[in-house]
Amino acid sequence: MPVLIALGSVAALLATAVIGVAAGRRPAGRRLVYGISLAATAVAGVAAVAQLTAGGPDTTIVLPLGLPWLGAHFRLDALSAFFLAVVNLGGAAASLYGFGYGRHEAAPHRVLPFFPAFVAGMNLAVLAADAFSFLLSWEFMSLTSWALVMTQHRDSGNARAGYVYLVMASFGTLALLLTLGLLAGPDGGYAFAQMRGIEQSPTVVTLVLVLALVGAGSKAGLVPLHVWLPLAHPAAPSHVSALMSGVMTKVAIYGFVRIVFDLLGATPWWSAMLVLAVGGASAVLGVLYALMQTDLKRLLAYSTIENIGIVFIALGLALAFRANGMAVAAALAFTAALLHALNHSLFKSLLFFGAGAVLSATHERDIERLGGLIHRMPATSALFLVGCVAISALPPLNGFVSEWLTFQAVLQSPDLPQWGLRIMVPAIGGLLALAAALAGACFVRAFGVTFLGRPRSAAAEQAQEVDRWSLAAMALLAVPCLLAGILPGTLIDAVAPVAELAVGGRMPPQQAADWLTIVPIAESRSSYNGLLVFAFIASAAALAVVTIHRFASRALRRAPAWDCGFPEPSPATQYTAGSFAQPIRRVFGPMAFRARDTVDMPAPGDPRPARLTVELRDLVWDWLYAPLVAAVGFAADRMNLLQFLTIRQYLGMVFLSLVGLLTVIALWP
Amino acid sequence: MAVILDLLVQGAQMALVLLMAPLLTGFVRKLKARLLRRRGPSVLQPYRDLARLLRKDAVVAENASWLFRAAPYLIFAATWVAAALVPTFATGLIFSWSADLIAIIALLASARFFLALAGMDIGTSFGGIGSSREMMIASLAEPAMLLIVFTLALVAGSTQLATIAVVFADPAVGLRVSLGLALVALVMVAIAENGRVPVDNPATHLELTMVHEAMVLEYSGRHLAMIELAAALKLLLYMSLIASLFVPWGLAPPGAAGSGYAIGLATWVAKLAVAGVLLAVFETSIAKMRVFRVPGFLGAALMLGLLGTLLLFVSRSL
Repeated sequence: MPVLIALGSVAALLATAVIGVAAGRRPAGRRLVYGISLAATAVAGVAAVAQLTAGGPDTTIVLPLGLPWLGAHFRLDALSAFFLAVVNLGGAAASLYGFGYGRHEAAPHRVLPFFPAFVAGMNLAVLAADAFSFLLSWEFMSLTSWALVMTQHRDSGNARAGYVYLVMASFGTLALLLTLGLLAGPDGGYAFAQMRGIEQSPTVVTLVLVLALVGAGSKAGLVPLHVWLPLAHPAAPSHVSALMSGVMTKVAIYGFVRIVFDLLGATPWWSAMLVLAVGGASAVLGVLYALMQTDLKRLLAYSTIENIGIVFIALGLALAFRANGMAVAAALAFTAALLHALNHSLFKSLLFFGAGAVLSATHERDIERLGGLIHRMPATSALFLVGCVAISALPPLNGFVSEWLTFQAVLQSPDLPQWGLRIMVPAIGGLLALAAALAGACFVRAFGVTFLGRPRSAAAEQAQEVDRWSLAAMALLAVPCLLAGILPGTLIDAVAPVAELAVGGRMPPQQAADWLTIVPIAESRSSYNGLLVFAFIASAAALAVVTIHRFASRALRRAPAWDCGFPEPSPATQYTAGSFAQPIRRVFGPMAFRARDTVDMPAPGDPRPARLTVELRDLVWDWLYAPLVAAVGFAADRMNLLQFLTIRQYLGMVFLSLVGLLTVIALWP
Repeated sequence: MAVILDLLVQGAQMALVLLMAPLLTGFVRKLKARLLRRRGPSVLQPYRDLARLLRKDAVVAENASWLFRAAPYLIFAATWVAAALVPTFATGLIFSWSADLIAIIALLASARFFLALAGMDIGTSFGGIGSSREMMIASLAEPAMLLIVFTLALVAGSTQLATIAVVFADPAVGLRVSLGLALVALVMVAIAENGRVPVDNPATHLELTMVHEAMVLEYSGRHLAMIELAAALKLLLYMSLIASLFVPWGLAPPGAAGSGYAIGLATWVAKLAVAGVLLAVFETSIAKMRVFRVPGFLGAALMLGLLGTLLLFVSRSL
């Protein structure tokens, strides 16, 4: 039974956490923890893939744990199986990476117990099939990842990141608690199977939608609930950052899909507008923030917000089509969302591993102090480049396939009956295109400044290639990036049962198409063949190389750089990350972040250096969180008086609250 | 038999775009020179330039990486594949279903991605300035292009270029406001994507205003030849794209007789010549704009594309 295998892996992971506590400080402990984690995640991943492709019956198991009258339900259906596969692929790659990367860890005893526990928590969250075990696993996942964020807790930035993360995670879990409570209804049907049957009133549907978007969206990092993500994800060790950005955000997407698509039943059409608006804002703002970052890991974290936004755009389209009974279009949009979730977990983990490799080779996260690493870390840079091309949605890699499918879904929108959606969807399509183009700029900048050019610091100059374990983990993710890009039809067919479960429709089977082409609706409308495009590019490039080297010149001379005749020996004259982003900052900055450049030019004769100060504001923080923090502070100050009352007054308050509560119960219909 | 013919047509298209691209560039250069009352080099000059560049040694900066040497071939290959999939003289290209218009745009984006990276490889200030500006321009041109694709796809019900061309050749489509807006936007995007005046100047060097030329400053020999050829191919691609979408008449249908292909070829050459004349006249009559006015220019294209799409959502007949 696949669900038993998955639970067995979880048990193994939890046992590994105990080993991590016992042997956290010894090198053998590191090998043991990552070794068992690798084996357990591999087994669970294979079981999930087998369940998804073989299409076996859904398997449920009830363990006598948790609430005594409920037990703990665990179930493996197509949706769980897909996300279980994503979680365990990411978990396996991170465990493999940990073998090498963990060697540089200053405090391994703070990582080793929590790493397998975190992976186990994510596994349990996608397996859980009742409200209690789902929320428990969700909170377990949050807390273990919080512990990993706090690995280097003496760093004041990390302490703040951990605090913000803890507050936001608790807030998200609270929202999910209310969501599931509403879904369970007054009779308390806490098992997911019981929730599915209940016909909900429109008020409950509205509340559930908003609360699910808040609860799952805050974990996924949707704007405006994203503030914790760029603080917390980079603070953890790099393989944990990869897990948090690449995998935990997918668990959040799973939570949203499970609640809104599966448990809630029919949703009104305007819910799609809500999801589309949030997704579009996250996609564009996420990548614009990413473009302004100079910390490599923070840049990647902001780019996660962008990609989550893209997934939610596709989910919003699926909701819109499903609400109007357009099952095939809904299946197309939903498949795009699933594929993008999978693709993002692949290339974002790969990029975080690359950032970790750069970090362990140079002890530097600021890209303004890197450069020229392609010469000293050739394998890392080639693998990082694969991730950059994939995340920039360029053919023939996988990022393009999922964005292409999303665009095809956008093009189905004229058939929608509602005016609001018909006007909104093309605008969101434009935002999606803008986000894709800006992502290209963002990753040219990230790769170009980090790996190309000349080294900007001694650390970058003396960098060494990282160990083979890390490289193997990166290759383990880079190869599927290419495979998913050139053979997308197989993947689309594999996730067809998931779309069937969520939106009640299927895309046309892609195995039937010739030459492994993917055809979303019909061949006359659109088709794409990643394999042929890849083959054409490879053969055209090979032809050009062979012809030129054979019949023209193959001589190569090395000479100093030309640079229009004025080469400048200092690497400081190179374009920096800041200067690369300046044109885009000038175009989008005033609108998106109230960007202001101030030049402080000393008067003639004053030897002071001139200074350029760039000020960027996070408007979400300014307008939403800062007033909230101020209000909480204000209320706390006022309520401070309550601390200094006499015992009589306290007793009086207790009495009054009791009377108040009893009155409410007496008046309740 | 039919498959062999289709393959022949596809092969002919690939060879033709490669052969015609330098001629088109030479033609536009010659016209621009004549408009300025200069004699100008022969229209065959780009071929001579390419042949000379190919024969020369490639001089590469000391700190250039493998990416710098591989990029020209990748850029050329991606652009060539994209150009081979745009209908030029016939619509029935056997591989046209392997990539629709969105994928063709994305292929050009891949080429640009590698070109921008190559510009940053040596670590000079010129390369960086070119890459940075190119990506800024692309960040606006690509969404504008996608919105144009939406407009076209809404009218034609397809993103396959061959299908769109066939639909648009039908008189039933008629004159539409939305298509007019899309045409204006597409021309603006094409000007920006090909680095023509007023967005960028292909003839300039040693100027702080340059974009494309700044990125390729360090290239020489066969690498430069590949990049020049890719740039020429891209110009040809955009002209063929506009021609096949907005003046689709004369395109040979699938399985046409020899005369059909001859007509298709003749009309294609005529369309390119007209487009070349228009480009040369436009470029000569306008001044290059400052880099930071380009976002305004492309923003207008973006808005036109959005307006065209929205009009179609209001009424399918606009």
